[in-house]
Amino acid sequence: MRRAPHSDDADSPVDPASAGSPEPADAVLRPSRRALFTAVGAGAAGLAIGATGGALAASAASGTKGATSTGSVAFEGAHQAGIVTPAQDHLHFAAFDLLRSAGREQLIALLQEWTEAARRLVRGEDLGDGAVDGAPLAPPDDTGEAHGLAASNLTLTFGLGRALFADRATGTSGATPIADPFGLRDRMPAEFEPLPSFAFDLLQEAVSGGDLCIQACADDPQVAVHAIRNLTRIAMGTAHLRWSQLGFGRTSSTSHEQQTPRNLFGFKDGTANIMAEDTAALRESVWVGDDAPAWLRGGSYLVTRKIAMTIETWDRSSLSEQERIIGRSKGEGGPLSGGAEFDAPDFAAVHTSGGTAIDRDAHVALAHPDRNDGMRMLRRGYNYVDGSNDLGQLGAGLFFIAYQSDPAVFVRVQNSLKSDLMNEYIRHIGSGLWAVPGGVGPGEYLAQRLFD
Amino acid sequence: MTSKITRGSAAAAVAATTALVLSGCVPNAGTGSATLIDVVSSADNCEVSVATASAGPITFSVKNDGNQVTEFYVLGSNQLTIVGEVENIAPGATRELTVVADPGEYFTECKPGMIGSGIGTAAFAVTGEAATVDADQQAAADEAVANYVAYVKSQVEELVPQVDEFVAAYVAGDDDEARRLFPLTRISYERIEPTAEQFGDLDPQIDYRKPGAEAKGLEFTGFHRIEMDLWLDQARENYPDEDLQPLSAAERQEVGDQLVANIGELHALVASDEFTLTLSDITNGAVGLLDEVSAPDGKLPGEENEFAHTDLYDFRANVEGAQVAFDTVRRIAAARGEDGATLVEEIDAQFTAMLALLAEYGDYETGFVDYSLVTQAERNELGAQLNALSEPLSQLTNVVLGLS
Repeated sequence: MRRAPHSDDADSPVDPASAGSPEPADAVLRPSRRALFTAVGAGAAGLAIGATGGALAASAASGTKGATSTGSVAFEGAHQAGIVTPAQDHLHFAAFDLLRSAGREQLIALLQEWTEAARRLVRGEDLGDGAVDGAPLAPPDDTGEAHGLAASNLTLTFGLGRALFADRATGTSGATPIADPFGLRDRMPAEFEPLPSFAFDLLQEAVSGGDLCIQACADDPQVAVHAIRNLTRIAMGTAHLRWSQLGFGRTSSTSHEQQTPRNLFGFKDGTANIMAEDTAALRESVWVGDDAPAWLRGGSYLVTRKIAMTIETWDRSSLSEQERIIGRSKGEGGPLSGGAEFDAPDFAAVHTSGGTAIDRDAHVALAHPDRNDGMRMLRRGYNYVDGSNDLGQLGAGLFFIAYQSDPAVFVRVQNSLKSDLMNEYIRHIGSGLWAVPGGVGPGEYLAQRLFD
Repeated sequence: MTSKITRGSAAAAVAATTALVLSGCVPNAGTGSATLIDVVSSADNCEVSVATASAGPITFSVKNDGNQVTEFYVLGSNQLTIVGEVENIAPGATRELTVVADPGEYFTECKPGMIGSGIGTAAFAVTGEAATVDADQQAAADEAVANYVAYVKSQVEELVPQVDEFVAAYVAGDDDEARRLFPLTRISYERIEPTAEQFGDLDPQIDYRKPGAEAKGLEFTGFHRIEMDLWLDQARENYPDEDLQPLSAAERQEVGDQLVANIGELHALVASDEFTLTLSDITNGAVGLLDEVSAPDGKLPGEENEFAHTDLYDFRANVEGAQVAFDTVRRIAAARGEDGATLVEEIDAQFTAMLALLAEYGDYETGFVDYSLVTQAERNELGAQLNALSEPLSQLTNVVLGLS
């Protein structure tokens, strides 16, 4: 496990809070930022700004639905935005595979083009010559569905798959792999190990993995979709969309400013999450440390799991059974050992009818940091419903997203969930692991230091 | 300074000269120094006196020693793109064709009877430096259109006897031979699909798929009706709720005759003096051909030939057709400043990559892999390369017509 010393993020020269943002936040944000100070108190907000860099340019009204869509989040900063940024309401996540013909040069060119496009997209600007002002005989540079829409706190977070650091299998069966196609084999961090198989995995190749990924989050789903659609178009010729996932209704809070939302089981989710304000916890558990290669410093590891819920059977289980499975009350979200939502669960507390108040195999009991050597991750998942299946069952579930300083943290916690009572109602059908490079400075492109 | 042959102007018995403008440009004044090369078109050969020439104006003097009206073509290195054509050469007559050729590999061939495939195909190399030319945009556009129209016509000329042969085998009950010929016969049609589609109800009769015909309330006829009969087991698997029966000999005759008649009609339409296209028909047609591949009922999803699984033949033919359309306007595009030159380079690279990827699955001569055996990952890779080609190609119309 990585437990390395970290620099103080607030001292980072690219931190807008300390050095002045190179891309000043919109004027419309200022009242919101002031509102943040008022609401949380200057001390707490100051810490948060130090910890989150560009993310804090976000409207402070996050968590108040409908009030945030005019905000914008700076693209540049010590860390990529979209991790500690207060979780927006909508997600479009996309995974890409590089074409066989793409080499190091094409990969760099793609990252450069994506960076330039991302800088514009997060400001709510159309790409290229725009959606409506281009040459009449040419396809518009921008697809247009976000034309006239606000930035909607769009964040774009980019990740690199392990395949970039390895020999490359080809699409045609029997063809020889291409050796080290991007010249990155020597740059792979030791801890970047593939996830093992877990009990109850029913993974589908078609919704798993990918050489590159983009997490687009926004308060307006159209803005998130527009971003992925246009970034996909830009990638054509170099990378190909492998799979993508829409999500609605964030299932985690990443700031104490936000209310804890509910997942499709109807329970509050992510109560014990790492929040933007928990600077120490972020340093400890989310950001990769200073002993990491330069390109990964200030970065993180991103794990996604597409978790299908068999909600029809869940809905037929009694309220008390549902609460026993989760280990929390369905209403308040307090632990069954007593107290309110944010009170610590007492796993030793005894129920009046005998046995522990929180079942030893309840989800909260197995997932809690106290039961995992204190290991924590920042969760940022979304609910999803992909229509319904052939049997008339809703294609519902949770698109789980977690950021951690080492993939082994996720592995440790996931292994703890083997006997989780919740397993009867879920199946992991998609999985992904990416290294998320550190933030992008002025004039830089994504992961630039990886290629230096 | 050059006169173009008007289609069907047999009266031009005197040496008509077609400026064959590879470059989309016309030579500087004074073409008196054109290299003169003799060509003899006979019943079974197409003899070109030399196989190389220096870049610049080259005049082919084509004598028809056969007993049928003949045509002479100069083709690009893909043996498809027409860079110059002279037609309607009567037996005993001689006509001239002048091309302004840049250095490169070309092919020459004749087509006695002006139907079927060319004969006596031979390599022809042009060496030296590209000729200095003035940009005359209208002349370049006219030549591009003339060459593409000639290409469409030549493809239909190839199609006519191939369809005859395919239908004959089918009607005779030689199913193995008909199944062998089915994908090969479709190649010429697929190369010019967007052009065929502009003739109203002809394409629906020739090439509609079963669901398409039914949705439009049309009788299911043409290539795919015959395909369904030739691969009846697969058809029954695809449509388990229908009582699909083999066609009787009389029914085979009827559906075969109709296809032959439809193709004959197509031939008459493109051979007509009235048939012409615009530059944007050509550039948009190039993108249209690739859209035929990626469409939900197209080749990439394996829906085009849902019984025969010969989609990769059609795929390649669509790509070839798009490449010819692009090739035909290439020099116009390349002359449109840096944007044009960059685009041409990008499109060239992507056509090369697309054709190379398809070649991993076979070729016309030895056959393509049954598309039902192509995995989803492989289809995704084909689709990714198709996107890589389609995106820059979609810029071609603006570069050719919108920039100067």
